[in-house]
Amino acid sequence: MPDTHFYRYDDYDRTLVAERVEQFRDQVRRRLSGELTEEQFKPLRLTNGLYLQLHAYMLRIAIPYGTLSSRQLRKLADIARKYDRGYGHFTTRQNLQLNWIKLEEAPDALAALAEVDMHAMQTSGNVIRNVTADHYAGAAIDEIEDPRIWCEIVRQWSTLHPEFSFLPRKFKIAVTGSPNDRAAVRVHDIGLRLWRNEAGEVGFEVIVGGGLGRTPMIGKTLREFLPKDELLAYLEATLRVYNRYGRRDNIYKARIKILVHEIGAEKMREEVEAEYAEMKGGALRLPAETIEAIAGQFAPPALPHRPAVVGAVEALKLEDRDFALWLKSNVSPHRLAGYRIVTASLKPAGAPPGDASSVQMEGVADIADAYSQGEIRVSHEQNLVLPHVAVEDLPVVWRALGRLGFAEANVGKITDIIACPGLDYCALANARSIPVAQSISNHFASLARQHDIGDLKIKISGCINACGHHHVGHIGILGVDKNGVELYQISLGGDVDFGKTALGTILGPAVAADKVVEAVDALVGTYLDQRGEGERFVDTYRRIGAQPFKDRVYAAV
Amino acid sequence: MPLFREAGIVEDPWQKLDDAAPVPADGLVLVSFTRWREARAALLARRGPVGVALANTDPVEMLASDVSRLDLIVLHFPKFSDGRAYSQARLVRGRMGYGSELRATGNVLQDQLPFMLRCGFDSFESDQMGFGEALKRARTLFSVVYQPAEDGRATASLLRLRRRTVHYTSST
Repeated sequence: MPDTHFYRYDDYDRTLVAERVEQFRDQVRRRLSGELTEEQFKPLRLTNGLYLQLHAYMLRIAIPYGTLSSRQLRKLADIARKYDRGYGHFTTRQNLQLNWIKLEEAPDALAALAEVDMHAMQTSGNVIRNVTADHYAGAAIDEIEDPRIWCEIVRQWSTLHPEFSFLPRKFKIAVTGSPNDRAAVRVHDIGLRLWRNEAGEVGFEVIVGGGLGRTPMIGKTLREFLPKDELLAYLEATLRVYNRYGRRDNIYKARIKILVHEIGAEKMREEVEAEYAEMKGGALRLPAETIEAIAGQFAPPALPHRPAVVGAVEALKLEDRDFALWLKSNVSPHRLAGYRIVTASLKPAGAPPGDASSVQMEGVADIADAYSQGEIRVSHEQNLVLPHVAVEDLPVVWRALGRLGFAEANVGKITDIIACPGLDYCALANARSIPVAQSISNHFASLARQHDIGDLKIKISGCINACGHHHVGHIGILGVDKNGVELYQISLGGDVDFGKTALGTILGPAVAADKVVEAVDALVGTYLDQRGEGERFVDTYRRIGAQPFKDRVYAAV
Repeated sequence: MPLFREAGIVEDPWQKLDDAAPVPADGLVLVSFTRWREARAALLARRGPVGVALANTDPVEMLASDVSRLDLIVLHFPKFSDGRAYSQARLVRGRMGYGSELRATGNVLQDQLPFMLRCGFDSFESDQMGFGEALKRARTLFSVVYQPAEDGRATASLLRLRRRTVHYTSST
């Protein structure tokens, strides 16, 4: 099995995770014996990733910065088989959810996770959540620096943080190391963007107070340029200001975005900078040796030279239209000319977005071992990524993924839908998301048609908590409940691309569940009629506005 | 409400004073932050020790110049899920260098103890069953910490650095 090229636990990390499992085992024991009330137990189980859902407990497993080794993915498959029903759901926060966990078995599931240096800590609750990153990190052609180095530094700092374990609300941090933001840093509680200044130094732009949910907001830049070694001091300063002054009187107004909005970005900056001034250069400053030691673990694999142009690949491209489409949509440039980044689509036609069975997970692990340095990424778009595939190996990888049902050439297309679990699983949901995604997926199943429609992001949430990121979908679909009937509100024009981040605008009255496909079809029809040369759906929308789309949708439904 | 220190359950020698009650000349008195701000000079002029109890919204920074004169600071958890007093505790202990008793009151439960100890609390009011036993174990529940805090424990990151230095010295 290939060595991993990302952070490896040492005895400190392993000890902490093991002790955490034992602590939780004791807490579960006290809950089952009635020593702890459900109210007292709730935050304890939540910070160990355990939710109580509609039908059962759900375990949300952290996949820090979305990076997995093949060994870890096999273990996840194994855990899903042993403690669940043999499948899992990859989420928009690069985590894996198992939906049918028994409380009394949860500590054993966590112990099994710990065997492969993984945990479910802080995947829920009012704490700093699992930190997310660009899923192309370490392989992307446009990368300034691998953001996962910083995610790992933040992961350690935030794990069981004594001051920030009872925050007003959850807290999400994302890091990108590329100018093309694939981590949606402007819609996180804190977004960190690595960039190089005029002096040639790399530092962070610190963006605070973004988020989706019921009050979507684009984050404000508190700091244009933060020296990297002061990252933890600045984060601690920001979190302290939030912990002290964030609202706690109303759960819907408790996120940091509301604090920033209410006191204003200027005042927020003043408060954070004052706190930071006290901490700067102190115990939280990262010694160069520490940064280097962690960065060293993310050193890219020594990839052998492979040809950039391969006759057999070119030939297959001409012979097989599906392969040609797959190359266009599911294969991205790699920093080395002889390699590509391959996205395994977890959105085959008609399937629930982001689901993978244990057998499929094991299959992807095998492909990663043979053709991608044993490494897999989870994208926030709920797909799996093979980061280091040689051009020469593309045909065999395509066929192998095809056998798993993961070679649908639809990445970035209309059926590459993001959807939350919705009312099929979630206790918060007002409406179902997965069946809506499935019916859109079936309707637009033709790959030729999808490629003609081009890049179009549909994002579906089953309630205003917006786990499906509907605010930033080119087409956003939000499930609402009107007197016991599930209706779907459609919005247009959302975007998470850096510099273009925008929240969608509601098109008009919500439509019935069985009219969603017709509405989407009308939107697409409007675009196809009106699009200019090279325009994507969202570009046409920006140019011509909502009215033509609106007219056609409401004539159709 | 029983009062615990790590050594075990203790008697509370402090007299909690209502804001309107007259200040006794002797003895240990605990006053509210409001009272402290109003009667600071008079309270300091007394012979007996004085303590201050804060709400978790009180600006703890205002005690900065007085911490060496205080023998007790009480921070409050109206609900266990309201974590504002953790920040107050770290400011008092870390930034202001307060060295005397730092007490947690309110909804204080055993599962908060590892965090509270790390933030510098050293006494706890709690009526939870099994609290005393849990307190004895709380400091060693986690033998690894990742953050510098107020308990002076060396972080994993620091221990790694030291280990590397040792390796380096021994191998050269």
